[in-house]
Amino acid sequence: MSKKNKYLTLSGLEPLVVTPESNFINVGERTNVTGSRKFLRLIKEEKYSEAIDVARDQVEGGAQIIDVNMDEGMLDGKYAMVKFLNLIASEPDIARVPIMIDSSKWEIIEAGLQVAQGKCVVNSISLKEGEAEFMRQAKLVKRYGAAVIVMAFDEVGQADTYERRIEICERSYRILTEIVNFPPQDIIFDPNIFPVATGMEEHKLNALDFFNATKWIRENLPYANVSGGVSNVSFSFRGNTVVREAINSAFLYHAIQHGMNLGIVNPTLLEVYDEIPKDLLEHVEDVLFNKREDATERLLDFAETVKGQKKEDETKVLEWRSASLQDRITHSLVKGIDAFIVEDVEEARQQASKPIEVIEGNLMAGMNVVGDLFGSGKMFLPQVVKSARVMKKAVAYLQPFIEAEKDGKAEFAGKILMATVKGDVHDIGKNIVSVVLGCNNYEIIDLGVMVPPEKIIETAKQENVDIIGLSGLITPSLDEMVYVSKAMEKENLDIPLIIGGATTSKAHTSVKIAPNYNNTVVHINDASRAVTVVGNLLQQDSKIYKEQIREEYDKFREHFLTRGKRKEYLSIVDARKNKYQINWDETEIVKPNELGIQVIEDFDITRLEDFIDWSPFFRSWDLHGKFPDILKDNIVGEQASELFKDAKVLLERIFKEKLLKAKAIFGLFPANTINDDDIEVSVGLSAVEDKDTLKFLTLRQQLKKREGVPNHALADFIAPKETGKQDYIGAFCVTTGFGTAELAKEFEENNDDYNSIMIKALADRLAEAFAEYLHKEVRTKHWGYAASEDLSNEELIKEAYKGIRPAPGYPACPDHLEKNTIWDLLKVEETIGVKLTESLAMWPAASVSGYYFGNKKAKYFGLGKITKDQLEDYATRRQISIDEAEKWLSPNLADN
Amino acid sequence: MSKIEEEIRKRILVLDGAMGTMLQRYNFTEEDFRGERFKDYPSPLKGNNDLLSLTQPEAIAEVHKKYFEAGADIVETNTFSGTTIAMADYNMEDLVYELNYESAKIAKQVAEEFTKLNPKKPRFVAGSIGPTNRTASMSPDVNRPEYRAVTFEELRVAYKQQVEALIDGGVDLLLVETIFDTLNAKAALFAIEEVKEDRNISIPVMVSGTITDASGRTLSGQTVEAFLTSVSHIPLLTVGFNCALGAEQLKPYLQRLSNKTEFFTSAHPNAGLPNAFGEYDQSPKEMQTYIEDYLKDGLINIIGGCCGTNPEHINAIAEVAKNYKPRTISVTA
Repeated sequence: MSKKNKYLTLSGLEPLVVTPESNFINVGERTNVTGSRKFLRLIKEEKYSEAIDVARDQVEGGAQIIDVNMDEGMLDGKYAMVKFLNLIASEPDIARVPIMIDSSKWEIIEAGLQVAQGKCVVNSISLKEGEAEFMRQAKLVKRYGAAVIVMAFDEVGQADTYERRIEICERSYRILTEIVNFPPQDIIFDPNIFPVATGMEEHKLNALDFFNATKWIRENLPYANVSGGVSNVSFSFRGNTVVREAINSAFLYHAIQHGMNLGIVNPTLLEVYDEIPKDLLEHVEDVLFNKREDATERLLDFAETVKGQKKEDETKVLEWRSASLQDRITHSLVKGIDAFIVEDVEEARQQASKPIEVIEGNLMAGMNVVGDLFGSGKMFLPQVVKSARVMKKAVAYLQPFIEAEKDGKAEFAGKILMATVKGDVHDIGKNIVSVVLGCNNYEIIDLGVMVPPEKIIETAKQENVDIIGLSGLITPSLDEMVYVSKAMEKENLDIPLIIGGATTSKAHTSVKIAPNYNNTVVHINDASRAVTVVGNLLQQDSKIYKEQIREEYDKFREHFLTRGKRKEYLSIVDARKNKYQINWDETEIVKPNELGIQVIEDFDITRLEDFIDWSPFFRSWDLHGKFPDILKDNIVGEQASELFKDAKVLLERIFKEKLLKAKAIFGLFPANTINDDDIEVSVGLSAVEDKDTLKFLTLRQQLKKREGVPNHALADFIAPKETGKQDYIGAFCVTTGFGTAELAKEFEENNDDYNSIMIKALADRLAEAFAEYLHKEVRTKHWGYAASEDLSNEELIKEAYKGIRPAPGYPACPDHLEKNTIWDLLKVEETIGVKLTESLAMWPAASVSGYYFGNKKAKYFGLGKITKDQLEDYATRRQISIDEAEKWLSPNLADN
Repeated sequence: MSKIEEEIRKRILVLDGAMGTMLQRYNFTEEDFRGERFKDYPSPLKGNNDLLSLTQPEAIAEVHKKYFEAGADIVETNTFSGTTIAMADYNMEDLVYELNYESAKIAKQVAEEFTKLNPKKPRFVAGSIGPTNRTASMSPDVNRPEYRAVTFEELRVAYKQQVEALIDGGVDLLLVETIFDTLNAKAALFAIEEVKEDRNISIPVMVSGTITDASGRTLSGQTVEAFLTSVSHIPLLTVGFNCALGAEQLKPYLQRLSNKTEFFTSAHPNAGLPNAFGEYDQSPKEMQTYIEDYLKDGLINIIGGCCGTNPEHINAIAEVAKNYKPRTISVTA
């Protein structure tokens, strides 16, 4: 049989044959969520008909293959891939071209292959995970009838030299053709296009090595093809379109000459090769072929001119030299001019009281401008590197002066560990951030790429770093970051964590990373913001900022999670199977010292002052920040201090005149969990007379969790009856509200709205303080499971203690009806007078009620949404109609 | 090299004609379809032609015999609908293995008898693998274009079962035919590859698509070349077309296919286009003329008939086939 026809042949509804006579095959790249914000948004918002238009535009615009990529942390990639491919299958004007199924997840690739009738291209496989996985995937690709892109990537990492490229490609080729019997014409190598002119020495051969490797592949690996993502080459010039387009098209031109026969090109970022101005082209080609030592420098300088900014002439130079000192320093930094920096820094030093102030003041101010410009895309990486050089020169000049000062060594502003996470090799973004932070006088410990979590944690500990920065570009890195955050928590690290990289997002960070880790987790989407964020995190009093971040992310997460579309839920039966497991055999259950009910009438309210968490008080006045730092805050400090002073005055009056009454009731009872979700409480020691037991009904999370993550219900924290172990639960109600209404009324009558609001805000704080106080008393005395606990107020506020006191109506137990059970159990109203309204609000308002769980594994969680089956089950347990159950639980009911 | 791979290099091989057309002649009643074994079966069974391999095996054997007598080298098993997916119409998913196994045995036995009579003309059995009644790349619901009534995975599993049973029953080759949705065929090919690997065997495979109408495309929208590209990833004995069109209408597509493929080619067109009453009335002589055009142009390695053809048509085709050399493979880019 003749074997002469060995051209890459693909198909959609129509065939695509790539012959030596074919022009370069242009792969459309707009239907890629990692490359197109618009497309990502459309997919996220399920606007598939518009997403299809994107594909259509591509094909109409001349794309011969369309690359489809749904790799985004917050997307169900498999679902999106299948849905999108199914939809374009019914659009003949799109489906006529072959599909490139692009994912770093094999399961998404496979899902894509299963819905495409044509011969697709898989993008991509590689030796990254070893030969066995490579062969397994290649065999399946072949069996599904697709061609494949093979990345120049092996167990060691991504090929970044000529030698590594050909070594990996040859090895891959050999395995594919000799062992897997993969048709050689169906192999497309991607030998990695990296940015040029980054200012870094090791990137100088990036283009040339690609060209030569491409040529070698085409000459030595029969019938194999070469592809690449072209736009990456000009990455460091983003913001300068003229230069970028010139680099892209010059690179493409030469890559094709060297044998690249298909590739992903953004046509809007492409100048016609012949129309590139001769001088620009010369500079670009000098860089691509590394023709001169100073090729990058020259291109940078030249880039300035083609940006439309005229090079400064003599007069202009004089002009900026006559500006103010700060302006001159800033100008030098922004323009990367080092000629005058020493002169200017010396002048600044003479004006400053300490030489260090020049760094912290003048130079920082200049670098902030650099950061802003870079962040807004008005400066690009090589320029920032030049700025860094100027900065370093200035710092070096100041160093001896700083050291000469008695008190001052030239200290770094902080130590920052930077790493690209395991499994990922992309480090451009990380390096940018490192450079920018380095410029800002931070010491950078760069662990490089593919850094395993153990190494990150070990180094962080050894070096005592102040911040850990994780970076990653590919989607699996998202999971890896989640893993690292958990490992950090496990190792009890207490270092802020910064997340960055192209596929990372605030959503992913807030939903999947922040909850795992106790310290601050911030997502940074551009390098310029890194300086601000790091600065804020490392300022002497970073608590306000950290608090704000935590709050912001909590809110964002809540918003994101409740946005609720297409979420997967477990049936209540399955959710119960996935309950939180406590090993009861190994759990020591402490029997309360004092079982039964106790009442505190007329408590000495002055004792609560130390237990007040003031931060929410300021929040209620719309002043955000953490107490006591908020009092010194630059912006709100003054108002906060004023307010605090007034609050103290009123508080004093409350104490002195006993204007508010504090009362409490609480009880501790034998209890066991029954039927998974109910807590059966023995009421022998309560005032309940008509029955022996009462039941607390808990609700169970049903959102489908990752493997290994349980579906919580509060009942999980109490020993099930069948364990035979007697467990205990508590319930309480405290109030400091009696007297509030009268006082508020009194103030209002005197047109003193200020104090009217104040008294309510204070009463609320006192009630919370009372709950905190009482919880402590219960832990240490009445129950006594934490008799030796010794926690400061701040630690109390942070809930550093063992056991929880969840309140009905709050996230772990949103069912307000539970208050009725507490009221029945404790006879709350009869004893201390706190009433429940129709809608089960407590009156007086400054009251807190809840349960006590003493197990050290008990923790707060959010129930999230539940589905109909649990609602029905709950209604039966509660002995109410489904309609009524629905009314009470409606905020927690999933749409589906 | 299997026997058929040797024979196909020597001469043009003749495939049989329609099974359904022949079975119609028997005028089987509901009772005949049921036989003794399924007399109390809860669903109506008339029309389930594949079932006749169990209830009327003599009739099936007789049809095979008639085609061999007419000069066919290859007969197809009576298993066009022999998957759990197609059998769901009759609630007979559980019988799929048996239907395929028995159908293969019946055909193989007849083939062996004929080979014994004339060892110089060995006869072969092709396991017929139909398209099922669902499409994996098209939505049956115009309002939900993203919907699919069947998935690749479901098809793969169903086809794998059919393929295993056919091989166990002794077929010499497999024929994935009447492909109107290429994705279905790819699932069948995937299953075949799995079975080949599991059992460490090799078995020749014929693939035959269906060009629906004068648009020159499959029902799922692919052109001849796109279809060919989509099924050429595993080694095939032949690639070709069948059904929907008569020999005359099919020729240009066959020409294009023959130009492009390195595999041997096959065709089993219908006996012309259906007339106003939905009947195929092209005479054997007429069909022979069109087929002879294929032969003159060297387009074909295996030739047979589909809907409306009967032993007389196959006889007419066999008569001319023996006078021509088989297609030699030479492709243009």
